[in-house]
Parts: sequence; structure tokens; C-alpha cells
Amino acid sequence: MIIDRVQVEAINSFSNLELLKEVYGLIWILPILTLLLGITIEVLVIVWLEREISASIQQRIGPEYAGPLGLLQAIADGTKLLFKEDILPSRGDIPLFSIGPSIAVISILLSFLVIPLGYRFVLADLSIGVFLWIAISSIAPIGLLMAGYSSNNKYSFLGGLRAAAQSISYEIPLTFCVLAISLLSNSLSTVDIVEAQSKYGFFGWNLWRQPIGFLVFLISSLAECERLPFDLPEAEEELVAGYQTEYSGIKYGLFYLVSYLNLLVSSLFVTVLYLGGWNLSIPYISFFGFFQMNKMVGILEMTMSIFITLTKAYLFLFISITIRWTLPRMRMDQLLNLGWKFLLPISLGNLLLTTSFQLVSL
Amino acid sequence: MSLIEFPLLDQTSSNSVISTTLKDLSNWSRLSSLWPLLYGTSCCFIEFASLIGSRFDFDRYGLVPRSSPRQADLILTAGTVTMKMAPSLVRLYEQMPEPKYVIAMGACTITGGMFSTDSYSTVRGVDKLIPVDVYLPGCPPKPEAVIDALTKLRKKISREIVEDRTLSQKKNRCFTTSHKLYVRRSTNTGTYEQELLYQSPSTLDISSETFFKSKSPVSSYKLVN
Repeated sequence: MIIDRVQVEAINSFSNLELLKEVYGLIWILPILTLLLGITIEVLVIVWLEREISASIQQRIGPEYAGPLGLLQAIADGTKLLFKEDILPSRGDIPLFSIGPSIAVISILLSFLVIPLGYRFVLADLSIGVFLWIAISSIAPIGLLMAGYSSNNKYSFLGGLRAAAQSISYEIPLTFCVLAISLLSNSLSTVDIVEAQSKYGFFGWNLWRQPIGFLVFLISSLAECERLPFDLPEAEEELVAGYQTEYSGIKYGLFYLVSYLNLLVSSLFVTVLYLGGWNLSIPYISFFGFFQMNKMVGILEMTMSIFITLTKAYLFLFISITIRWTLPRMRMDQLLNLGWKFLLPISLGNLLLTTSFQLVSL
Repeated sequence: MSLIEFPLLDQTSSNSVISTTLKDLSNWSRLSSLWPLLYGTSCCFIEFASLIGSRFDFDRYGLVPRSSPRQADLILTAGTVTMKMAPSLVRLYEQMPEPKYVIAMGACTITGGMFSTDSYSTVRGVDKLIPVDVYLPGCPPKPEAVIDALTKLRKKISREIVEDRTLSQKKNRCFTTSHKLYVRRSTNTGTYEQELLYQSPSTLDISSETFFKSKSPVSSYKLVN
């Protein structure tokens, strides 16, 4: 009898646990969906910004008739691509052709996991935060290579190869810069990195402690995003559209999404690593120190921090869009020379300097 | 300005609210992001290219030039299409994904233009090859005219029904009359120079006689020497 009762209790508690798990599972989906929605909206905003800023740089008007100020242009493009015919190349590798864009999208969406938009406003505060981003973002070139190979098209294949070569060679200086940052803040967690910069406001940014690292990071993140000084994989004049040549409809839309998601991730990481993340960054003024901590102030603070993070990220976005419409494209050998012979030694030297300073200060 | 006829307007469509709004959404999205293929074979493309720039800026209508036909929705046949280019044009058209539109830009692609009378190589009208949505006359048409054609195409798209379009494309894909060209024996025999050299004494005699008659003796004297 006693054994039976124990068993029944065990079963009861187990079923309770299951129920709790289910509820928690449902609750845990909500922030993920919210983040996805936010990311989608931001991508739409970035596409609109890119077109309007590029237009004003070239003294054009830009999208005008799709919605007020052309705000709905990105939505129109997306809907059109969704309703368009999806062509599969008859002699291509169909499974690889379909998997390629999704691998690229998923790998970049995953790296949004570790980006903190505010204090305690991060999907997963992992102790290996930045490292996760570096590890996952190097999966994307596999997707691009798949896309290039499976299209059975010379331009696509060349574009895919170029994308892979470029991503691999610029990943290394990027990683060295991130390593130097993590040495400064004694942590790989993105939240800790931002916290380490919060002391002296504007002057506590890693930008001042790592100026060389910041420049190298900027250049190599532009190369990672395949944006214009480094957009060799999609070079229109040489390769028709690079690895995207054979893609039509929503699969092309996914690649379009990937390029802007990549840009968003890079700008958010620049904010987190170098520009002090969600902090207000005006020294000796804390906005909410005067108030009692209650719920309303907490929500207000959260909104403020998200707003500040996004403002800093959009500053970087504006710079990269301006660069895109200003600089001409590099040649392939120049690109690889810049990556391997200039950025790699400089970032290594930067890492060495940072390490020695950290050792001395210990 | 003549208005375009809308033959699809008379057809009965389903009155369901959901399907109508969905149709409107897809029509709106297609008309407001018509990505043209960068296709130009001669001078019309210069006018077309000025639309990319700041003065006429077709990005206002959401047009982004694409170099791959897989991502294009619209092909403006800018320039003369020759017999040699025709298979490539048809292939490019076939490579574009389905809701696709054609604007025949310039006189050459409508009737053959100034090549329509005596050319051995020009296609008399691009509508012999691919179904044309809007004819845009001019030699070359001004950029404003291209914008006019674009607005007419947008109007046409806004009132169309997807299924009917594909049906009508199959039905009404009208070809104009066949080319009035016939195969001739090639004039290129490769024996030009020999003939000229061989016949030169006789022809030269006649021509030189008539020539010298009309000319002054001084010049003939010089020529003989």
C-alpha cells in the first residue's frame, strides 16, 4: 500500500511538472516571437532607409508612391516576391538549392539570441555570448556556397566561391577584435561587455580604448555583410547577380533578407561591443536615479534603453549605407590582400597590445 | 493620350471579400515593385538609362534594375532587335518568373522602325516574339514617355486578375503577319575580286572612254601617264 501511494504521488507530481513545463514552453515562445516580429519590422525600416538615403545621396527622390513617403515599398517588394513564380533550375541540385537560403537565414537569426537591447532584455544571456555569434555567423557562407554550387551556373558558382573566401578571410580579424574586447571586460557575455563600458558614460566606451580594433571591426563587418566596397560576390558587372543569379521569388527574397539581417546584426554588435550598448552615455547623469524604483519607471527605463540601443545601431547603419553609395568596389586580389596582409596583422598586434596592457595592469 | 482598353474588366470575377482583397494586395504589390531587366540593344537604352539617374528617377515607382532575368518582372525591349538577337530575347523572356510584363520601347521594337522597309536582319516588331503589354512609340521615346508607359502598365496591372491573365496569355497571344522575307541565293560567292580583276579591262575601257569624253584633255593626259 505504501509503495503504491508513493508511486501515485510520484506520478501526480510528474504530471504536474509536465503541465508546468508545457505552460512555460508556451510562455517562452512569446519573447522569441516578439523578437522575430521586431526584427522583421526593423528590416523593413532598414530597406526603406537604404533606398531613401541612397536616393538623397544621388539627388533622387526614392520610393514615393507606395504608401506615405514610400514607407510601404519594402512590404510591396516582399509581397510581390512571395506571390512570384519559384523557378527551380532543371539541371541544378534541387535539395541544396532549396536548403541554401534557409541555412543562411537561420544562422543569422540565431545570432540575435545574444544581443541585449536593454539591461536584462536579452533572449539568452549566455556566458559565451559573442563567441556564439562568431561561431554561428560562419555557417552562413556554407549556405551561400550551397546556393552557388546547386544553381548549376558559372556566375552563381563563382559568386558562391567568392562569398565563402571573403567570409572566411574576414572572420579572423573580426574574431581578434572581439577577443581584445572580451579581454578588456573579462567576459564573453554581451551583457557583461556592456556593463563594463557603463562607468564613465561617453568616455567609458570601448571605442576609445580600442580605436584600432574599432576600425578593423568596422571594415571586416562591412566585408562580412558583403556591402559595397566588398560586394564582390554579387558584383553586377562581372557576375550577373553572384550566387543569387538563379534565384527567383521568395528564395531570392530570403537572400535579400539575409543581407539586411546581417547588416542589422553587425550594427547591433558594433553598438554592444564599442558604443556602450543601452547606456545613455552622458557622463555623471543617471536619468532614473531620482525616481523610486517602481514598475512604471522600470518599463520606462526599458523603453529608453531599447531606444538608445537602436539609435546607436542606426548611426552605424547610416554610416554603412553612406559608404555603400560613396566608395567603388574593390578587386578580388585587393580584397584578399587587405584581409590577409593588412587587417590580420593589425588586429593581431592590437590583441597583443591589449593583452600586454591587461597583464601590466594586473 | 489614348486610354488603354481593359478587356479583363468585363470578365466576371468572384465577389468574395477575402479573395478580392487578396487579389488587390497582390496586384498592388506587383504594380509597386516592377523590377525591370537591364536589357538594351541600342540607342533607346540611353533614354532608359537616364531613368535610373536623378532627373527622371524611376525608383519613385519602386523600379529597381536587375541584371538577372530570374528576379525581373518587366522587360523593356530598349533598342532594335535583330534576327540574331531574337532567340536571346525570347530566352530571356522565358527565363523570367511568371507575372511578367513587356513594354515594347521605341519604333524599332513596335514595327521595325526605320529598318522596317529594307533591312535584312531586323525583326519587324518584337510582338512577333513575345507578348507585349504596352507599346511605347518614339525614336527614341523620351524618358517622360517611358514614365507614361509605366503608369499605363501600372493601371493595367491594378485591374487584372491573375488566373485570367495566364489564360489570356495563352489565348490572345496574337502574332502579327509573318515576315515578308524570302530566301535568296547568297550574293556572297567569294569571287568578287577575281571578277573585278578579270572584267576590269572591258569595263574600264568603256568607262574610261565615257569618262575621258566628259573630262578635259589635260586630265586625261595625266591619267594616261
